[in-house]
Amino acid sequence: MKEKIIEKIFLLIALSSIFILGLITFFIFEEGFPLILKIGPKAFLFGEKWIPSKGLFGIFPMIVSSFWVTLGALLLGIPLGLSCAIFLCEWVPPAAGMILRPTIQLLAAIPSVIYGFWGLIVLVPVVRNQLGGPGLSILSGSMILGFMILPTIISISEDSLKALPPTYKAGALALGATHWQTIWRVLIPAARSGIMASIILGMGRAIGETMAMIMILGNAVKLPSSFLDSARTLTTNIGIEMGYASGDHRQALFATGVVLFFIIMVLNSLAIVLSKRRIR
Amino acid sequence: MGRRNTKFQIANYKQIPMSKKPKQNRFGYWGLIFVRNGFKPFLTGIWNLGFLFLLLFFLIGVGCQRSKAGITVAGSTSVEPFAELLAEEYMVIHPKSHIYVQGGGSSAGIEAARTHAAHIGMSSRALKPEEKDLHRVTIAKDAIAIIVHPSNPIQDLSLDRIRDVFSGRFGNWRELGGLNHPIDVVTREEGSGTRESFQKFVMGKEDISLGALVQDSNGAVRQVVSSDPSAIGYISLGLVNDQVKPVKISGVEPSLANVNNGKYTLVRPFLFVFNGEPVGEAESFLKFVLSAQAQKLLLKEGLVPIGQNPSEKKTGK
Repeated sequence: MKEKIIEKIFLLIALSSIFILGLITFFIFEEGFPLILKIGPKAFLFGEKWIPSKGLFGIFPMIVSSFWVTLGALLLGIPLGLSCAIFLCEWVPPAAGMILRPTIQLLAAIPSVIYGFWGLIVLVPVVRNQLGGPGLSILSGSMILGFMILPTIISISEDSLKALPPTYKAGALALGATHWQTIWRVLIPAARSGIMASIILGMGRAIGETMAMIMILGNAVKLPSSFLDSARTLTTNIGIEMGYASGDHRQALFATGVVLFFIIMVLNSLAIVLSKRRIR
Repeated sequence: MGRRNTKFQIANYKQIPMSKKPKQNRFGYWGLIFVRNGFKPFLTGIWNLGFLFLLLFFLIGVGCQRSKAGITVAGSTSVEPFAELLAEEYMVIHPKSHIYVQGGGSSAGIEAARTHAAHIGMSSRALKPEEKDLHRVTIAKDAIAIIVHPSNPIQDLSLDRIRDVFSGRFGNWRELGGLNHPIDVVTREEGSGTRESFQKFVMGKEDISLGALVQDSNGAVRQVVSSDPSAIGYISLGLVNDQVKPVKISGVEPSLANVNNGKYTLVRPFLFVFNGEPVGEAESFLKFVLSAQAQKLLLKEGLVPIGQNPSEKKTGK
């Protein structure tokens, strides 16, 4: 009896998360959509100038920047994260694993503002002095983001590798494959769905990251022409201008959120489709 | 076996028997390591609800307490630190009253005053024509300094030069007689009171270059300029320290003396905005802010007190 009531209450709490998501979605669209319609979807999505004080709301540079920054983060994060997961799963001495795993988990517990601050103080001057440009750049941002998505990629990849039936490994070894061949040809393909999920989740974090990026990317609204240029992503655009915006400007920020919403939706759908596709 | 693989990998998390499940919590990477050990027994079952309700009551309690008494001052983040300081002083003298200072930006502050969301709105820019129906009082003035890295040999720039730098016409310090470095222009975000004042005083009709770095506070601009030898930016004069170098503008050094005698013209007002004449607590706070004691405090913090400068019009526009 009592159990039933508790069950119902928990169901209600679980449903409320969906309700809240729906509410947020509704609000973002209600605020942002009118502006997109007002200035035209094409002018909004492909306009290259963002000057709110003059009524110019083009977010094309930010879409491009988001793409580059995320790509850079993945280029750094995937090889590092995957190799780390494989090491943790296959080779790690127990003592080292005891230290490594909590450390990696701690990496995720560090607030993003600390990553941003560290990047600003340590990484940005290095990039500026060694490679030129203002230092606040896509390259610095990608590097920091690459580290930030490591824990996500490592933990989920490792879990999916570990969850494979031991018969896979034993079978491959019995057929005469070396350890490395077993990992590369058997274990990784078999755990592909989990690894894919880890990458997509990492990508989601990279696209959504705001605070660290505000501090490191430099937030210039120009279309970036190199990896050493300053850039502004969709999220940092909202984050940096939210405080002062009003009227159309505020709506334009919500409209930026709408675009972000679509990108995340597409990504997640892609993740589901990709991870469900069978291996050949 | 080949067929089973695929099924296995879709739902592999759920199908693992407990014994085979990795020992560590799958969500451990969220940093809630201690949840596994310390809080987990507490957060399960009925305790969960109890905890939630406790939290809820606590929040409601805090909310009620806040709205009990006192006035709200909201607006410009440039004025905010000074208003907080003044509010603290005021609350020492008047222990029974309470003043809540919030940020949000000049435009938001003016809007809050208009809609009575705040008793006093703070603005770090002059009011726009459509906002002039509100009652406003200048509580102090603040100069905007153009800053560069201390190692930059440039000492002096004319307003025209500064405009050309910020509009992106000059790309290299060499063109201004400096070192052979590309110029990194640092500006504030759209909507900032400091940016709007800078736009009005320096840029006029020209736009600040889209390639300029954008930082969202005075402190952030200072941080970037202090670490980048080829950067130029603008911040509140009160916040200039020895990590950055303020440049002279056509020979006039940005200093309190030059602001007072009207030579340095990049000066903006710090306003308190009211919807109608201030009454009650708001009036008493305003009186305190304009008192000699409070103004002396503002002077110490690097602002230009209002009492010392009778020739207001010189710097007004």
